[in-house]
Amino acid sequence: MRNPAVNGHALLSLKGLAKTFGELAAVNGVDLDIAEGEFFTIVGPSGCGKTTLLRMLAGLETPSAGDIIIRGQRVNELPANKRPTCMVFQSLALFPHRTVGENIEFPLKIRGTEAEKRKKRAHDLMQLLRLPSDYYAKSVLRCSGGERQRVALARALAYDPEILFFDEPLSAIDYKLRKTLEKELKDIHRETGKTFVYITHSLEEAMVMSDRIGVMRGGRLIQVGTPQQIYSAPNSKFVSEFIGDVNILPVTMNSNGKLASPSLDGELIAPRPNGSFTTGYLVIRPEFVRFLSAPQEAQNWAKGQLYNEYALGSRIQYQVRSGEQVFIVEKLRQQAYSGQRDDEVLIGWDSKDSILVED
Amino acid sequence: MQLRLGAGEKTAFPVLLFLAVGFAAPLLAVIWYSVMPPRTFAFTGVPTPENYRTIFEGSSYISFLWSLGLAALSVLVLAIICYPVAYALVRVFGPYAMLLTLLFTIPLFVSENIRLYGWVLFFIKNGVLLGTLKSLTGWELQSLLFTRAAVVFGMIYVYIPFMLFPMTLGISMVPSETREAALDLGATRWQVFKEVELPLSMPGVLIGCLLTFVLAVGAIAEAKVLGGQKIIPITHDIEIAFTYAQNWPLGSALAVLLMAVVGTMVILVLRRFDLDLFLGRR
Repeated sequence: MRNPAVNGHALLSLKGLAKTFGELAAVNGVDLDIAEGEFFTIVGPSGCGKTTLLRMLAGLETPSAGDIIIRGQRVNELPANKRPTCMVFQSLALFPHRTVGENIEFPLKIRGTEAEKRKKRAHDLMQLLRLPSDYYAKSVLRCSGGERQRVALARALAYDPEILFFDEPLSAIDYKLRKTLEKELKDIHRETGKTFVYITHSLEEAMVMSDRIGVMRGGRLIQVGTPQQIYSAPNSKFVSEFIGDVNILPVTMNSNGKLASPSLDGELIAPRPNGSFTTGYLVIRPEFVRFLSAPQEAQNWAKGQLYNEYALGSRIQYQVRSGEQVFIVEKLRQQAYSGQRDDEVLIGWDSKDSILVED
Repeated sequence: MQLRLGAGEKTAFPVLLFLAVGFAAPLLAVIWYSVMPPRTFAFTGVPTPENYRTIFEGSSYISFLWSLGLAALSVLVLAIICYPVAYALVRVFGPYAMLLTLLFTIPLFVSENIRLYGWVLFFIKNGVLLGTLKSLTGWELQSLLFTRAAVVFGMIYVYIPFMLFPMTLGISMVPSETREAALDLGATRWQVFKEVELPLSMPGVLIGCLLTFVLAVGAIAEAKVLGGQKIIPITHDIEIAFTYAQNWPLGSALAVLLMAVVGTMVILVLRRFDLDLFLGRR
């Protein structure tokens, strides 16, 4: 996939951006460059400051410190209605007293576009978003959840912004429709070529759609990277736990350079020599853990008991207990493990597939 | 045949009985009285349209028009002065809104008549207003009391809370994200107000208008206390018919007509503005 590298001019630049509410630092010094045409997602748990950050970018909140720069222009003081950006709100914030068409045409009407042009643009956007053209005169209150999403997006696109912001618009939608809309949104991103900045608490959602992801915690961006980097090379326990299942072992580095984990019956080898590391966590994705017949078959191994198995459609997960440590082993369905519950099993993984993190 | 009552009917019975005796019966009695022969007090006369004929042939329509006109004028003035106050209560005053709300509410604990007599002392010749003016500047103005303006003033004063609070509710029900969305889509503050806030706060405005209109049509004390005999509202005619004139059937007919006129207007307004659509219940 194309990965717009941020070299030269960033469309959107944040420099030491911060927002404090009284004593509370909601956003605490964010530096970030977003390239033109990029789909950038900011992920974090609720209360991490992501909504405040987005509201500052949209001009709905004034930064306490730092700069917001769009195409080289500092826009800190530019009010929301003058910024070349538009937001799709969590509540969608459609105008309930208006029809679908009137909602979409709102930014054009504000600008004084003539009625014929407005109508044509609204119909073009409805087509782009797969809204039937007879919805033009329909009240938004009579639209379904998914249709309202599309109306909100069409309305934002009608503004013709340089950057579109999304404040978790899919969070209130049921799982199946959400999965469809995630992919649709990525298609719309491709078709329009606009820059999308999306926030969500679901890293899974972020992975599906984004070119790059920034993980936010306590008002700071703690890791920025491609979905692949975030998944396979998390820089902290926090990031690694954020998506899917993961095996996390508390470890300490012995003086002989070996890793030790309390109550683990096995052997651990650090992925690469790391002089400064003393104590932290060893992170291994479940798909990298395999069943062994002898300890020599892998660099890292542990002895345990097969406790349970879970069918996940195309994959199967096994829970293996080794002392107090619970491991998750994941196999494709075609390669299902034949062991029985309570069997003594050996599991292992290669050091290159594990990551050492300090917190 | 035996009537079988479920638990629901049985438990609802006391309320039904209360409503039947306390609400429906007097209303039906008034309607029935309105077709009794004039100046009778019995329930048993032969129904006659005589009272209604008297009203339509007489000059009661003047009182009707005064009542409706005064009510409409009060509603109009109240809507214009209350909207900015309600807006400020919701959006500007923040923590002080509660205090201001209390200031608007506390006078309601004092009887309306007593408050109106307070205004008499304020407006009367050599009273609080004119007396102070005279002692300070030497100007001696005519009494402001017993004028039509004084009646309108009294009605506006008395019904402010009934317009203000529904409006406050209506304005506070406009979601902040919807206003922000309009702003974000390029609207100026005025456009946000005109296109989003005003239409979305209309349910509150409408309920305030209906409430004050219905109350103002039934007003009587303001015209009596502040208006002298300058204005005779329909309520005054009804009162005279029941008391001084001892013509209960005529009074009843007037009351029924008033209810019919106001009821029709309320229904027409509610039809025109679909509250459910505004409030998003569909």
